[in-house]
Amino acid sequence: MKKSSTPVQEPPGTDAHRPTPPPAWRPRTDPAPLLPDAEPFRVLGTDAAAGADPALLLRLYGELVRGRRYNTQATALTRQGRLAVYPSSTGQEACQIAAALALSERDWLFPSYRDTLALVARGLDPVRALTLLRGDWHSGYDPYEYRVAPLSTPLATQLPHAVGLAHAARLKGDDVVALALVGDGGTSEGDFHEALNFAAVWRAPVVFLVQNNGFAISVPLAKQTAAPSLAHKAVGYGMPGRLVDGNDALAVHTVLGEALARARRGAGPTLVEAVTYRIDAHTNADDASRYRSEAEVEMWRAHDPVLLLERELTGRGLLDRRGVERAAEAAEEMAARLRDRMNAEPALDPADLFGYVYATPTSQLCEQADQLRAELAAEMEAEAEAGLPDAAQPPEAPGRTGPSGGPGVPGGTGGAGAGERP
Amino acid sequence: MTTVAAKPATMAEALRRALRDALREDPSVHVLGEDIGTLGGVFRITDGLAAEFGDDRCTDTPLAEAGILGAAVGMAMYGLRPVVEMQFDAFAYPSFEQLISHVARMRNRTRGAMPLPVTVRVPYGGGIGGVEHHSDSSEAYYMATPGLHVVTPGTVGDAYGLLRAAIASDDPVVFLEPKRLYWSKATWSPEAPEPVEPIGRAVVRRPGTSATLITYGPSVPVCLEAADAARAEGWDLEVVDLRSLVPFDDETVTASVRRTGRAVVVHESTGFGGPGGEIAARVTERCFHHLEAPVLRVAGFDIPYPPPMLERHHLPGVDRVLDAVARLQWETES
Repeated sequence: MKKSSTPVQEPPGTDAHRPTPPPAWRPRTDPAPLLPDAEPFRVLGTDAAAGADPALLLRLYGELVRGRRYNTQATALTRQGRLAVYPSSTGQEACQIAAALALSERDWLFPSYRDTLALVARGLDPVRALTLLRGDWHSGYDPYEYRVAPLSTPLATQLPHAVGLAHAARLKGDDVVALALVGDGGTSEGDFHEALNFAAVWRAPVVFLVQNNGFAISVPLAKQTAAPSLAHKAVGYGMPGRLVDGNDALAVHTVLGEALARARRGAGPTLVEAVTYRIDAHTNADDASRYRSEAEVEMWRAHDPVLLLERELTGRGLLDRRGVERAAEAAEEMAARLRDRMNAEPALDPADLFGYVYATPTSQLCEQADQLRAELAAEMEAEAEAGLPDAAQPPEAPGRTGPSGGPGVPGGTGGAGAGERP
Repeated sequence: MTTVAAKPATMAEALRRALRDALREDPSVHVLGEDIGTLGGVFRITDGLAAEFGDDRCTDTPLAEAGILGAAVGMAMYGLRPVVEMQFDAFAYPSFEQLISHVARMRNRTRGAMPLPVTVRVPYGGGIGGVEHHSDSSEAYYMATPGLHVVTPGTVGDAYGLLRAAIASDDPVVFLEPKRLYWSKATWSPEAPEPVEPIGRAVVRRPGTSATLITYGPSVPVCLEAADAARAEGWDLEVVDLRSLVPFDDETVTASVRRTGRAVVVHESTGFGGPGGEIAARVTERCFHHLEAPVLRVAGFDIPYPPPMLERHHLPGVDRVLDAVARLQWETES
């Protein structure tokens, strides 16, 4: 929608005795077309939904149901001690799924720690997607396999990476767009500002999706920003801001699709704010009752992303009771597989601690690897002498969980030890 | 290759030549930073590169160090080999989160799947009359971060060779440029530069028998001058130029100190928490039975870098080095 900008008013009395001014300053960009709509864009439940592709709607629905179950399963795994921590995206599944589905295979996704569901929806093995949160390594997948950057824990620091990658792809003439995910809290970080500024100056083919879920752990948006909306921040960088209902999967998919297409045709970056809600606490270690009311959560449950789409599909006769059951069954199967695999002990090799710090381990790291190997060998020997029942087994399973072969174990003079199976 | 006769060249020229040769030989090399395009950098190290290679290869970025390094990370992820210029030591601090949390860790985080061949050039150290925030010795911060290589040239020839090696490295390298040596001259042939040794090797800059001065970067000429002056006192000092702070060349340093039996570490950085403490500890651990005296340190005072009119009192000079050498318990010599 078009808005007209009003000319800046001169303060009264400033024109007296003023020398001839330099050429009048003008805005470099007309801000009006960059402004977000006053209300978040919605499709589900409106007439516009009638034109939507039924296959896309059903795909989104199946993924949403699976995604919801993935979130509940991962949260359950924290209670069983199988995950060190899980920042749930329950309530935000529409953003997660739409982000993954809007991308083409050659595009790149830059997630933050709450975005494992988007990784899974993009095709990553859920166990590998959870490696960071399980704690057996910092990341469990080869970023180049699915063109997904490692989950970024320091807030907003992944955004300049997305800009740099998109910029590099453009310089090489490749048809690649980067989609970077960030939360409402992350928009306060300096890296958010720097990334958006670089992206706009370089006209990098990148799209920023802010999942505004209402809280940065406990701090509500009102304490985070005084901006009219997070989408409005785009205008200051000279890129369009789009506001979308983050629980309307079709709306998010549509807006991201438009932004990605815009980036792809060389028109530059877009900032999308998806208004959603974090139904669960920040993580399993958080107590959300300390900073928000159950009544507020209930309000958002009534605007649940899965329900919104289910209502649309059943209302249009695209989904019946059996369809709902089938989606739930498929999700349950996924959860059971995930549970089984997460209940198996991950393979750990202490020698890995030294193997990937540098392309070639330094002599100092080789010495330290030898030291650890000797310590573990002594530990095993002591256990054997104590006659422990599992003394014959080294303290970890063989092999690597990682997707790529590494440079291997440095050193190798420490004798039969932890990393080397008999 | 036609060999051009060696002639005097400055360190700045050698660095520029290294960047130019890297840009010529490898299309994936991109240089980015503040004022490095049209202006050629505030120290003119990138002079002429934008004109020769275009704005896309030598890019003036917005003024935001975290953004520059963060963007370089993304470029490296996509297969480019970015060389970032931080304008001054203290202006690199905004980029520390990117450096420490991502640049240094990405290879490890991804089990080797995503190495980041990023070179971060940082002019560092004092002695140029700079006002506050223009003269810091920031090397200890970088050394304390696993995953980074940290190198610094002390000679014109090393400036070329080490920068080429840094850019060619598949690991991130913090390349510290001693700004008061930018205009130092040496006879150097750009057409036949000294062979590039792999990063991580120290060099005996001056052989000697009485004691070892362990130093790097801006303090290398100071130590060489001190070694010359020490001859009058009857001391034959060996000078080891570390060149690479990470990886640290224990072998060369240990061999030298075992030979001489005495050692002084010399640097501009603060003594407390500075590189000298680590170096002295390593030397003591490895050479204890060869040492005739405790390993001493000559370092900057433990103060914020002084204003330019007072900096001469702070910077380790020849006299302070010789005073330390005099304290190496020569009276025990039979």
